Amino acid sequence: MSDKKKELKPNTYKFDTLSLHAGYQPHKNAGSRQVPIYQTTSYLFDDVDHAAALFNLERGGHIYSRISNPTVGVLEERVASLEGGTAALATSSGMSAIFLTVMTLCEAGDHLVVSSQLYGGTVNLFRLTLPKFGIKCTFVKPRDTEGFKKAIQKNTKGIFGELVGNPGNEIMNMPEIAKIAHDAGIPLMVDATYQTPYLCKPFEHGADIVIHSLTKWMAGHGSSMAGILVEGGKFDWMQNDKFPTMTKPYEGYHGLSFAEEFGPTAFTMKARAEGMRDFGPCLSPQNAWNVLQGIETLSVRMKKHCSNAEEMVKYLSNHESVAWVSHPSVPDHPDHELAKKLLPNGRGSMIAFGIKGGKDAGVAFINNVKLASHLANVGDTRTLVIHPASGTHSQMDEATLKFAGLSHDMIRLSVGIEDIDDIKNDFEIGFRAARKPRLVSNQ
Amino acid sequence: MKFKVNGHEVFASTGGRPFDKKKPLIIFVHGSGLTHMTWVLQTRYFAFHGYNSLAVDLPGHGLSSGKSLKSIEEMADWVSDVIVAVGHKEASLVGHSQGCLVTVECTSRYPKKIKTLSLMGGAGAIPMNPELLSLAENNDPKAVDLMMDWAHGPAGHFGGHPVPGLYHINTGTMLAKSRTIQNTLGVDFRACDNYKNGFEAAKKIKCPTLSILATDDKMCPVKEGKKLASLIDGSQVDIIDNCGHMMLLEEADRVLTVLKKFITTNYPPLSS
Repeated sequence: MSDKKKELKPNTYKFDTLSLHAGYQPHKNAGSRQVPIYQTTSYLFDDVDHAAALFNLERGGHIYSRISNPTVGVLEERVASLEGGTAALATSSGMSAIFLTVMTLCEAGDHLVVSSQLYGGTVNLFRLTLPKFGIKCTFVKPRDTEGFKKAIQKNTKGIFGELVGNPGNEIMNMPEIAKIAHDAGIPLMVDATYQTPYLCKPFEHGADIVIHSLTKWMAGHGSSMAGILVEGGKFDWMQNDKFPTMTKPYEGYHGLSFAEEFGPTAFTMKARAEGMRDFGPCLSPQNAWNVLQGIETLSVRMKKHCSNAEEMVKYLSNHESVAWVSHPSVPDHPDHELAKKLLPNGRGSMIAFGIKGGKDAGVAFINNVKLASHLANVGDTRTLVIHPASGTHSQMDEATLKFAGLSHDMIRLSVGIEDIDDIKNDFEIGFRAARKPRLVSNQ
Repeated sequence: MKFKVNGHEVFASTGGRPFDKKKPLIIFVHGSGLTHMTWVLQTRYFAFHGYNSLAVDLPGHGLSSGKSLKSIEEMADWVSDVIVAVGHKEASLVGHSQGCLVTVECTSRYPKKIKTLSLMGGAGAIPMNPELLSLAENNDPKAVDLMMDWAHGPAGHFGGHPVPGLYHINTGTMLAKSRTIQNTLGVDFRACDNYKNGFEAAKKIKCPTLSILATDDKMCPVKEGKKLASLIDGSQVDIIDNCGHMMLLEEADRVLTVLKKFITTNYPPLSS
């Protein structure tokens, strides 16, 4: 027997255990092993004093399910634990999580620097909707790290981007852009929907707020809409005078200074107390429960998503009907090395590829695959495909398509966890159909 | 609010209410390496119910300037100075962990100033694990991770924060890492390890005293807390099941309920 002294090691729970248990204590819920669905609008007060204490944030607890709900609360804590964050706030969708984040951070007259490669709905929010609230944005290409610095103005309140851009798979240099943000005294907000905390924990690379559409890989089964914002807890809101509604006695919440009172959870507290009260994009407890079921198997599913994606990258790269493949695992992908650093557990399951024959071939491929589902979602357990030029982006002209990083031959593929041979066989059917129009036109 | 003690700026949360010299004063003293924010689920209640609630950041911690004080005795004198600095003659003290050593010592030194004493996760001595002490003094973040592991009970490790959406192990970690570890946690751990006067100080305490202990507290076990309480005349003891050392977060509601009853009975608020 060795007499070597045993090294002290923290025994806090690891990722796979937190995925199943974080945020929930059965003994406080009638011993129910599964998280109960608290299908209720409101909660009894013990007495008038108790009611006042809850409204005044003197005690923790629930008042009304627009503000918080015990089932939703388990989901929030679970995601915060997985991300390494201090707090989280779940919302009815990923888009409402982004909107709530911006409205918690900004006021009319403020400015944001935003990555140009985003989900189309997010582009519309930043380009068209936020200006209606007096919040302006400057778009910068995600690989133009210096461009983010140049775009910062005196009234800039934050930088926002998707870690891996949609649909072109461009990767933001998160550590460098975080440094630019922090040097300017502003936070970095990252939409990490494509990665989930299994593939990347943005707080470890400098992000301050992480946003997910939980609808995608986190829930994973294409059943439920949900979103979440997670706070890293490191950003010092009191370092400058840019965020008075966080740092000064705030009329919007009884003279409360969120930063002084709640420190590393101040942003989430304000988003809930003000944002859920005033905008109300609450998540239903049923959908929160559905997402929790998905998170229980997150690491198992993500491993399979990634291994299937890497198989599909090899298959597509060697296929005669494919002109190009974009995925961070491909060695000639411009962000291949950055991906190895930021995504050590896998490069994700979103692939973009160009089909030979352009738009007509793309249409034929989409119309003929049988196993892959043609729809406007990503991150389902099932394989999903879409041809942006004929579907989601069919109203765009050439110039706008180019600005959005789209081409007529692009197919966006969200690789599922089916048997890989079945996915490949299905794609063969699609490719055969895609070649036919060209054969016809050549005759 | 900010004020000066011994030439250094001190930050203390007032629980969201303006400081009012007419109201009785409660001072909350945090544990090793932490800040005023650990008290957020206790201070706001008292601030809105007839008290001046002052959750201080010890020197060199949180938002307070200056260097961390190197001994429990210095910290005890500093708490006494805080009472004077904010224009009061007396106060009720509430301490957690290291804050219990500080408030016990302060109460024994300044018996006329201290009207009630509330101890959470307290003991007469807190000897440190030598390896943990060494890690903290060498600025190793593992010291914080170990402290957060040991400070939370088995139930607390799962989360279940009373405030929806907050994950308290990560929040505590962030608080403890918010300033240089060796200058806060390292100095505090050494001060705890060096302090030997807790049991003697306890014998001198005559004011109403409450000890809140937790069955799963590994850092200040129930038997140590009871030993301390047994030396204080008429001390009340409340023991929380399924809870660790961070009872002020893990079982915040229970702690507030017990604390509220004890303080309002023995040190009444200013009636509105």
